Amino acid sequence: MAKFQRKDKNKRPAISTAALPDIVFMLLFFFMVSTTMREVTVNVLQRLPSATEVNKLERKSLVSYIYIGQPRPAYQRLLGTEPRIQLNDQFATTDDIFAFIASEREARDESEIPFMTTSLKVDNEVRMGIVDDVKQALRRANALKINYSTLTTENIFN
Amino acid sequence: MARITPEIPSASLADIAFMLLIFFLVATTMDVDSGLSRTLPPMPEGEQDDDQQIRERDIFTVRVDMLDRMLVEGELEDLTNLRDRAKEFIANPNDEEHLPRKIEEEVEYFGQVPISQQVISLQNHRRTSYGMYIKVQNELTAAYRELRDEIAMDRFGRTFDRLDSDQQAAIRKIYPMRISEAEPRQTGGN
Repeated sequence: MAKFQRKDKNKRPAISTAALPDIVFMLLFFFMVSTTMREVTVNVLQRLPSATEVNKLERKSLVSYIYIGQPRPAYQRLLGTEPRIQLNDQFATTDDIFAFIASEREARDESEIPFMTTSLKVDNEVRMGIVDDVKQALRRANALKINYSTLTTENIFN
Repeated sequence: MARITPEIPSASLADIAFMLLIFFLVATTMDVDSGLSRTLPPMPEGEQDDDQQIRERDIFTVRVDMLDRMLVEGELEDLTNLRDRAKEFIANPNDEEHLPRKIEEEVEYFGQVPISQQVISLQNHRRTSYGMYIKVQNELTAAYRELRDEIAMDRFGRTFDRLDSDQQAAIRKIYPMRISEAEPRQTGGN
């Protein structure tokens, strides 16, 4: 018996996990502060082009997004593989852009309207025709500040 | 007699925090949005008088055709040379005849500066790929950025984006970014 008791005394104490919740909360707060909620599910393929001369979009709340690309495979049976425009969560046509810009403006404060930017998230492989149409529609809607969304790279020639 | 409240077990606190953490990991994004910023020209109102005084020598035409080939001033050119050719055109360092005119103007910090009357005209076909278009736009932006950086280094000893807004405005006046895109039209079949 004495033998066993001695062994028990030598056992190392378990590592305390009392600090674990604190650590996890720390991580949680970091992610809560540094990320933004996903607002739309993108239903078109997005392989963005790369560029070197990028500037960051300030004030995300003033940015509206237009996605252009091939529909995702799940939608291809219905819509084919021709590039489509997506506004918010729906597929759209160039005629819907005017209404889209109007509703985006309505959602913002009037003083902020001049600073609103439209970010074009366009797939690499899309032909310019549809992009030109969207740009014309934006001009008609008088949404003139645009941003061609790209990834950042060091060299575009490879 | 004081009753002793049993301690609430906190062993599951970590699990709850983990669950919240995982929710935020899944439901949020961290991507910073970046890209090439442009301002579209406003839609012309009514009759447009095409009487603008832009001369042939002030225009640098860049055309990208349906097969993503690039024509600079009417001749085929490789994308890798575009930046240097655009820079030479914009700055016109040797005051050549076929490159843009220069008009002396008063600029803050710089005094009288000859300002090049350059315009870059970018045309694309409806079947040009977006990737190629962005590459061309990127090279043209890079040409302006490099010229601005050069003059900023000369005058202020810092790159353009480290200057304050007044200094940036002065340099923008010397090298204004003028990329004009033709009204889209169907050319040469489809």
